Amino acid sequence: MKLAILALLCLLAVPVGTAVAVQPNEVLKDAALEARARTLSKDIRCLVCQNQSIDDSNADLARDLRVLVRERLTQGDSDDQVLDYLVKRYGDYVLLKPPVKSSTYVLWFGPLVILILGIVGLFFFLRGRRPAAAVQTAALSEDEKRRIDTLLHSRDQKDG
Amino acid sequence: MKRLFFLLPLALFLGMAVYFAKGLTKDPSLIPSALIDQPVPEFSLPALKPDKPGLATGDLKGDVAIVNVFASWCVPCRAEHPLWMELAKRGDVPIHAINWKDQKSAAINWLDELGDPYARIGHDGDNTAGIEWGVYGVPETYIIDREGRIRYKHVGPVFPEIYTETIEPLLKELRG
Repeated sequence: MKLAILALLCLLAVPVGTAVAVQPNEVLKDAALEARARTLSKDIRCLVCQNQSIDDSNADLARDLRVLVRERLTQGDSDDQVLDYLVKRYGDYVLLKPPVKSSTYVLWFGPLVILILGIVGLFFFLRGRRPAAAVQTAALSEDEKRRIDTLLHSRDQKDG
Repeated sequence: MKRLFFLLPLALFLGMAVYFAKGLTKDPSLIPSALIDQPVPEFSLPALKPDKPGLATGDLKGDVAIVNVFASWCVPCRAEHPLWMELAKRGDVPIHAINWKDQKSAAINWLDELGDPYARIGHDGDNTAGIEWGVYGVPETYIIDREGRIRYKHVGPVFPEIYTETIEPLLKELRG
């Protein structure tokens, strides 16, 4: 019973993840072009709702951009040309994935640099510790051995 | 000196914290325009009113001008409208308008009610020019220089302080 309810809940959860804003009248007849438009739309930010792609968003402006993407694809634009067209007008912000260029190097490579710095730091830290652990202890003198013997011996007697 | 190395991660962390904290204070809804210092995009819009010309790229060359994007359904546009009325009365600089994603009759009624400060009004019912300009909401305001380049973009209503602190000095500079 529990399992059945769980399965039902899973079924309920699915449509939420796949809900799209694309209206039937926007869909292109050419299935291949439509597929390209869908993929492209997923990478284009809806400027009104900001953290949704135009493929997800019901905003009016998102609809305009979806139609525009389809128009340009129908006219024979390549995917990059469509994105270029939008970036020229709305700036890099319209792309959900920031482009790799000199002003975004810190964003793209910063975490990697910090990771490398951390590994280098860890390496030196661990290397600096090793000699201390490996220090040779001097051998015990005869006198010290005798004292240890007495100590151990007296303890044995007490326990016994 | 070497002993202070252990402070390095802390210093790095503080640096990043300050940087990100600064980022948090910015308004994410303000997107910098990609068109600053670029020529006005190619566009041509029909007139909104029969007795007033529409707006096209060629109309924005030769004189410093303000281009205001508005719509009758836009509440903040109402808030900034008195400023445009005031400026139009002074007549220093032509104010043009793009009537964005609006119905003609609604826009005309709106201007009849609040006054019409604009020299030219282009009607952009289906966002064709809006996309060229990178408009993503209303109101938006652009300052155009004599060569027909976009020099400034303001997103949201222009309040008198914004006008006197930013726009007025820029207009003065551009008009020389």
